[in-house]
Amino acid sequence: MAERTDRDPVEQDPSVHRALGLTDDEADEIARILGRPANHLELAMYSVMWSEHCSYKSSRVHLRRLPSEAPHVLVGPGEGAGVVDVGDGIAAAFRIESHNHPSAIEPYQGAATGVGGILRDVFSMGARPIALMDPLRFGPLDDPRSRWIAEGVVSGVSGYGNSVGVPTVGGETIFDATYQGNPLVNVFCLGVLPQDRLALARASGPGNLTVLFGSATGRDGIGGASVLASASFTEGDDEKRPSVQVGDPFEEKRLIEACLEILEAGLVVGIQDLGAAGITGAASETASKGGVGMDLYLDQVHVREEGMDPFEIMISESQERMLAIVEPAKLDELLAICAKWEIAASVIGTVTGTGRFRVLDRLDGELLADIPASSLDDDAPLYERPLAEPADRAERAADTAESLPAPADAGADLLALLADTSWVWSQYDHQLFLNTVVGPGDDATVLRLKDPRTGEPTGRGLGLTTDGNHRWCRLDPRTGMAAVVAESVMNLACVGAEPLALVNCLNFGNPEHPEVMWQLSEAIDGMAEACRALSVPVIGGNVSLYNESNGVNIDPSPVIGTVGLIASLERRPPGMGLVEGTTLVVLGAPATTLSGSAWAWSQGHREGMPPQVDLDGVRATAAFVRDAVAGDRLRSVHDLAGGLGPAVAEMTVATQVGARVELPAPGGHVALFAETPAAVLAAVDPGSLDALLADAASAGVAAQVVGEAGGDRLVIGDLVDVSVAEAHGAWRDRLPTALGAGTTQG
Amino acid sequence: MPARIGVVLFPGSNCEHDAVEAVRTLGGDAEVLWHGDDSLKGVDGVIVPGGFAHGDYLRPGAIARFSPVMQAVQAFAADGGPVVGICNGFQVLTEAGMLPGALQKNAGLKFLCRMATLRVETTDSVLTSATDEGAELRVPVNHFEGNYTCDDETLAMLRAEDRVVVRYVENVNGSIDDIAGVCNEGRNVVGLMPHPERACDELLGSSDGAPLLRSLLESASRASV
Repeated sequence: MAERTDRDPVEQDPSVHRALGLTDDEADEIARILGRPANHLELAMYSVMWSEHCSYKSSRVHLRRLPSEAPHVLVGPGEGAGVVDVGDGIAAAFRIESHNHPSAIEPYQGAATGVGGILRDVFSMGARPIALMDPLRFGPLDDPRSRWIAEGVVSGVSGYGNSVGVPTVGGETIFDATYQGNPLVNVFCLGVLPQDRLALARASGPGNLTVLFGSATGRDGIGGASVLASASFTEGDDEKRPSVQVGDPFEEKRLIEACLEILEAGLVVGIQDLGAAGITGAASETASKGGVGMDLYLDQVHVREEGMDPFEIMISESQERMLAIVEPAKLDELLAICAKWEIAASVIGTVTGTGRFRVLDRLDGELLADIPASSLDDDAPLYERPLAEPADRAERAADTAESLPAPADAGADLLALLADTSWVWSQYDHQLFLNTVVGPGDDATVLRLKDPRTGEPTGRGLGLTTDGNHRWCRLDPRTGMAAVVAESVMNLACVGAEPLALVNCLNFGNPEHPEVMWQLSEAIDGMAEACRALSVPVIGGNVSLYNESNGVNIDPSPVIGTVGLIASLERRPPGMGLVEGTTLVVLGAPATTLSGSAWAWSQGHREGMPPQVDLDGVRATAAFVRDAVAGDRLRSVHDLAGGLGPAVAEMTVATQVGARVELPAPGGHVALFAETPAAVLAAVDPGSLDALLADAASAGVAAQVVGEAGGDRLVIGDLVDVSVAEAHGAWRDRLPTALGAGTTQG
Repeated sequence: MPARIGVVLFPGSNCEHDAVEAVRTLGGDAEVLWHGDDSLKGVDGVIVPGGFAHGDYLRPGAIARFSPVMQAVQAFAADGGPVVGICNGFQVLTEAGMLPGALQKNAGLKFLCRMATLRVETTDSVLTSATDEGAELRVPVNHFEGNYTCDDETLAMLRAEDRVVVRYVENVNGSIDDIAGVCNEGRNVVGLMPHPERACDELLGSSDGAPLLRSLLESASRASV
């Protein structure tokens, strides 16, 4: 029987801990903590908790450099989600996570369970999830397998998110060769809660009960975190398919309702969702954070099948489960709420005052594991992995895209960069809860903020945006990351929102490669610098390493989700669509850097330095744009992170109104395609132009008139002259045509 | 006294908050009716809202029709009480046999969330009595199984009896004869795939759904007299 082997100490057989992904040094450390060799069950528990995915052992020393505090931050990094004060006793909880590796193996379920997991992080804090966003990265559109992954992932987000009843209100979809074989599926969730309902993952009070509720525990997802998320991909990955969990959105929907009812009634002292590392993670973390111990009785866990081994029960990643710490007197009330929502619940343990985390086969039964509760969490290894900047860094930086020959047909190149992403987001319910003022496809999403208790509108709004730019970050992770933070602040400004905080999802390659660790460290420094300058605290996130395929690391791809507040949401923001007869003005420092642009990439150029950002200038420009939007002074607005040419073209196709634009310095194709996060293109009524220019001058914000909107052609300098219909068709048809070309799983 | 609308909540429903909010915005009173109860608590009208009742397992609406509350809804409708099924609610009403036809997967075989334009085909129903015939209304759709179908005989009957309540101006999902919503013989039970409750506020992009729900409130007020 497996139980016998589980509890036998592992004599010095290194093959066992190595098979579980523990290094020899880590195994020695475990033996030192326990004062004896660990048995198989204990090794399995340490192996998941000390995995890269759960312990952040390679990144924690760097993450500490991020600013995380501000007066409005109620909960910072380290909990299920970060929480900020949004006024009137209301708080917003949000987080972003990756589900990259499961989605590469099984796109539908990988994406679906990614959605399920991020939802639990948010509602376990007491917040009702009201918005999801999905930044997605796939291999190139001309690769059939990448299309298969894209279709599966989008279906998975749609199938789970729509059914669970949380709208997907934004995100990004990017196709690039760097993600061939290793797609990125990041999921962001935001919830709102009355501040007095805030719940934390803390166990306390010896004698209190540990209650597991939700789905039964099965053999799915055994070691998902350690097997999938903490190792690289090679051929033969189909064998890992049993490690991918299967989601049930109907179970999760009932779990949300039951959980919020339980928290509203004040029935728990602490609560945590079960994610990676399953019962081991949720139970040991609540005990460790509460400074107590816990006994668990495995015969009480409701399981899907007979004969599960103790280690399977303890590390299963079956979805849709929660763990709560409950005073005995309140147990019946909690069980009644679970019964109403048809949610199974079991008392599986007791809080103790011993500080030990013990696993028994039954109450007063055989002791299967006995370890210090805090050791799974606090004693996890911390690595200062070697960093090395690329040897050819200076040489690569000097090879700028300005050296590329000018395009033969700039208009054709411009149209090739346009893509309507509604093929993706029309598959998502993006309207549920009647909050969505601006949905997917614009610079930022705008939601009405309603009081979560009464449902009454507060008159305020939330701005949400997810941003990432692997091109800029590949050229220089530090400069590129700072530019991405600036872009998110500018996106929020375009809808009139002032940033409150951001969460990050750090998607990088193999941390055992010194150059990847250097990228990670540099990106964190760039984020820290920009967040300090722009007053945006980082209140949580997720690190996804080992994003590599057949030995090639992805370009560094940090993604952020930034949330802002709109103080008075009286009308819809102007949006990007052009209005006939308006004057076009660039507000902020115009773009001058061609390296790292989408056009340079399309030409196969991947060197040079990305746009350098004057953060003080970004701060001033964002404030000016935000005020102009709030004051209803702009008729349209769009950020210039995609370049002036693509920005005008996107504004043209949005309302099918043409434009005539003269390119600012340095002119030519550089001015057409150069990108900057520091400026926007705004359209104003001619009559209000002078006042806007005067106010920009007194605010110290550069403003330059570049053209006017109107007509049925898009004309940019002497480089582009296309009909609006042609531009609109190219934009509209790109994804449906490419994705209609068939897929292959092979 | 404002009309009281009961909004049925099955496990897996998700548009109940939105229906309650829209009814209240339009001056009505609304309360949620739990699927396990067999009483409608004296409401004047019923909305069966959108979502995924019982996870849409087996078939959308196939399990929900057995919930105790549906017995009460059927009795209420048989007495002439106004009942409107929106999206998943429409699917539930067809599964319960309260409306003819069925909803199959969209012609594009994808979930579809987008704005649609509807044309009011008759004002003789509890959902359209306060609208104008021929009026074009911008109301969003949000469904995977919204492609209305029925046999030729039923279609002929629906046309002959003027029971197609709203049609798509541009058919978004392949529905037969562009049908977006139908009513029963008594014209007091209406089902439609588009979501009028999502179109009751210009801040959200359209208020064209308001006249539809206002019709329901007026019908419910009359019913309560």
